[in-house]
Amino acid sequence: MTAVAERRSAKDLDADPVLEVDGLTVDIRTITGTMRAVNDVSFSARRGETLALLGESGCGKSMTATALVGLLEPVADVVAGSAHLADVDLFSVGRAKRREMAGTELAIVFQDALTALNPLYTVGTQLAEPFRIHYNLSAKEAKSKAVELMARVGIPQPETRMNSYPHQFSGGMRQRLLIAMAVALNPSVLIADEPTTALDVTVQAQIMALLRDLRTEYRMAVVLITHDLALVAEEADRVAVMYAGNSIETGPVAEVFANPQHPYTKGLLNSVPVNARRGDELKSIGGTPPDLHAIPDGCVYQARCPLARDVCATTRPALDSVGPNRKAACHFPEEVVNV
Amino acid sequence: MSEKLLEVRDLRKSFQVPGKKKLCALDGISLDLGRGETLGLVGESGCGKSTLARTLLMLERPDSGTVRFDGIDPFSLRGKELLAFRRRVQMVFQDPYASLNARMSAGDIIAEPWRSHKSLYKSRRDRDMRVRGLLDLVGLGAKAADKYPQEFSGGQRQRIGIARALALDPDVIICDEPVSALDLSVQAQVLNLLNDLQGQLGISYVFISHDLSVVRHVADRVAVMYLGRIIENGPTEAVFERPNHPYTAALMSAAPTLDGAQRKERILLKGEVPSPLNPPSGCRFRTRCWKATEVCATTTPPSAVDPEIAGHTAECHHPLLQEGSALVPA
Amino acid sequence: MSTQLDLVPVKPTTAIVGEPESRKRSRWFQLLVNDRVAAAAAVVLGLVFLTAIVGPMLVGGLATHIDLDNSNQAPFTLAHGLANILGTDPLGRSMLARLIVACRTTLSVAIPAVVISAIVGSAIGMWAGYYRGWRETVAMRVADVIMSFPSLLLAVVVLYVFSPSAANIVLVLAITRIPVYLRTARAESAELQSRLFVDAARTFGASAQSIIWRHVLPVVLPTLLTVATLDFCYVMLAESSLSFLGIGIQPPDISWGLMVSQGRTYLHTAWWLSFFPGLAIVITTVSATILAAWARIATDPGQRWRLTVPQKRLSRFTKTTKALS
Repeated sequence: MTAVAERRSAKDLDADPVLEVDGLTVDIRTITGTMRAVNDVSFSARRGETLALLGESGCGKSMTATALVGLLEPVADVVAGSAHLADVDLFSVGRAKRREMAGTELAIVFQDALTALNPLYTVGTQLAEPFRIHYNLSAKEAKSKAVELMARVGIPQPETRMNSYPHQFSGGMRQRLLIAMAVALNPSVLIADEPTTALDVTVQAQIMALLRDLRTEYRMAVVLITHDLALVAEEADRVAVMYAGNSIETGPVAEVFANPQHPYTKGLLNSVPVNARRGDELKSIGGTPPDLHAIPDGCVYQARCPLARDVCATTRPALDSVGPNRKAACHFPEEVVNV
Repeated sequence: MSEKLLEVRDLRKSFQVPGKKKLCALDGISLDLGRGETLGLVGESGCGKSTLARTLLMLERPDSGTVRFDGIDPFSLRGKELLAFRRRVQMVFQDPYASLNARMSAGDIIAEPWRSHKSLYKSRRDRDMRVRGLLDLVGLGAKAADKYPQEFSGGQRQRIGIARALALDPDVIICDEPVSALDLSVQAQVLNLLNDLQGQLGISYVFISHDLSVVRHVADRVAVMYLGRIIENGPTEAVFERPNHPYTAALMSAAPTLDGAQRKERILLKGEVPSPLNPPSGCRFRTRCWKATEVCATTTPPSAVDPEIAGHTAECHHPLLQEGSALVPA
Repeated sequence: MSTQLDLVPVKPTTAIVGEPESRKRSRWFQLLVNDRVAAAAAVVLGLVFLTAIVGPMLVGGLATHIDLDNSNQAPFTLAHGLANILGTDPLGRSMLARLIVACRTTLSVAIPAVVISAIVGSAIGMWAGYYRGWRETVAMRVADVIMSFPSLLLAVVVLYVFSPSAANIVLVLAITRIPVYLRTARAESAELQSRLFVDAARTFGASAQSIIWRHVLPVVLPTLLTVATLDFCYVMLAESSLSFLGIGIQPPDISWGLMVSQGRTYLHTAWWLSFFPGLAIVITTVSATILAAWARIATDPGQRWRLTVPQKRLSRFTKTTKALS
């Protein structure tokens, strides 16, 4: 609750955040015990802005997204936290309200377009579906809306291609279709879960440009989930770095990347071969991420952290403010610059 | 100047596709690889880099063209000679989960190549020792030999794959997107390992990747492929800093970088890669190129040489020679 | 003060998760014990095999001992002696003893038939699937031809023309079952061709034979074992049907199917004559099917985890339907 209050009182906001996630915690029941996949994660997203959830595999970023849209596996539960979207807490309302908001307020674009589209229905039918469900349009009206939408996302000859099946499109086109389905009802928040990981680099540039245009046109907040630092640097305004289910640093992208306040962020930045020349040794982070079944007391990153000390083993650092609009979960943020 | 270990000239390979159509995967590829050198191969899907890798590994037979490996044409060999030759080129695969047989232990996987080359390590003791040595070399302990692939993480599996590739003491290792499926922090570890191994053992790499920053870090020379042809070829820094071919420039521009905020106007290409079943006439890139003119549709572009940098060529009627602007920040 | 974030070799102990080192045999045993139903089925099958092996030695005499005073006695009474606990047949022979002797005959037809068809069918299937091309086409057409004959009808014709000896029965049943293994093995083998580890094997010059032996066979084997176990049931029933029709096992040999057939005319008066052999068939086939289901999970390294916990806890972690919650 205090996090929310803090944000509301900050003076240099130009708009209230449309999505506020506070203390989200997700547990997964497994054979060997309960595993905390997401631990007390908080972030907010404003209209017209892109927030990136950055982290490697297993850090809980995708689980956060699926928890928000309500598509968690049956063995996973949201055990704490709230997510306020347009003054509605997504985790306290019933299924009917959730379904009403799906598509109209909150939408998601997945990574693998081929599996996210039904191979048995034409593209036109699938694009028309959101309109038929939420606006109760007739089949004809919905189809014409679908054609408009396809044109908007840059699919050539939409009237004829409407009757094609998903497998008849290339990867980039399919991703455009997914984006079209997501923005069909003008949602306030669009979650993009690794939208371009499976695409070629030139197509990736096109898709990200499209997302940027749509974000401006529809005044959406975009939550971009990715492991690609360079993508975050280019496309995102703010970033929340995640590690082993925890959010360990947040802030504006340019500042966080220029002056990280957490050793993990610094380690990530060091291991990306940017400006590295032939033969340079890449500074990698030693070791591997912790087993989520047996997260140690204290800081989650202590096993791999070069700054780890006794206090790190006993007390978990809270996500504290380290500057205007910036937070980091580290006991010694000022020493990160030496790492 | 290292002597050429691998010389490929005008390699062509097509596949018969159902419906009597021909898919031209390689349309006249020429490249060179020296000893201890790393050649980066860059290109998007459909450009033919996988087919090129498989042909160099002698998994596919080319339709025409020559391959000279240390002066010998491997495709003219048969039987025992071909088998012996296979030792010299090995591959590290992209998918650390699919390239290892889940039912074999790590030790068995690494030792598998020796079953086809029984003369190498005759006794079981020798083989075990060599397996332990290889596991140490790639940074896994000797204890890993009895464990199964599912007990390892992605990065560790890739190390097993590298150990397996080293088992036959090859001269060339073809790395097909070896780090794409790995996490960032693990990527750095594996890239460092590949670098160290090259220093220690003098292996040459053909490094295929779509990640330009990785290629820039590991490669001495870079070849850019598009629809079955190498459209630009040269020393890494030259190709990255002063791309001569519009496609290369677009690639460099499209790839996000950490200091991307400083970049100039990004080049956005029109449309998508044409189908390899029906490539455009003349220059293949003309359908998406902003510099295309009539001559590009009628004639195949010649190989233009960069006047300032030796060994830097591009196939273009209108190469970006004069501009030389840094489309990627230095 | 600068700290080094240099390359740290990954210690195997920190990251490797999975089962602790244990000997192979005890691991299989543990997997079996964890699935109680499969364990029971294994025990039953074990008893059946044991009976087939040693039974006739112990009770052979009783099975042929004709005692007309005791004909068609009802079961479940000790009035006529311990040996007749399951009743007697029209000739006064002990049902229990006959069941035991018939067990050996039935199994000695079913098991060889399954083994022959499995080995021949799988070998051809894997070879055809590996090479693709004309070999695959020819093999598949041959399989189609065999499959297009109703197998029982084919068996009837063949056994009528040649004499219905046990060897002929085994042979004809084996031939009619080959296509099942052939098609399964071919499909799996063909799919494996596109797998990366097969490509890897080719790069170091492995011959077709060694690839099939080392990579294709271990992957295909679990499926084949499951198919074989189910096929065992089918062959048992087929043999029973043939004997029922009178062209299978000929008297004085007995099989369970023949016993069912012989009891047909007495169904109203002496129901036990057909009931117990029928029950024996059912018990054996059901146990084999259950064990096949277990084997399919146990031999797949990806699915094996289901057998590493007691069944009760398992239900909480298996997926059910998702709802927008």
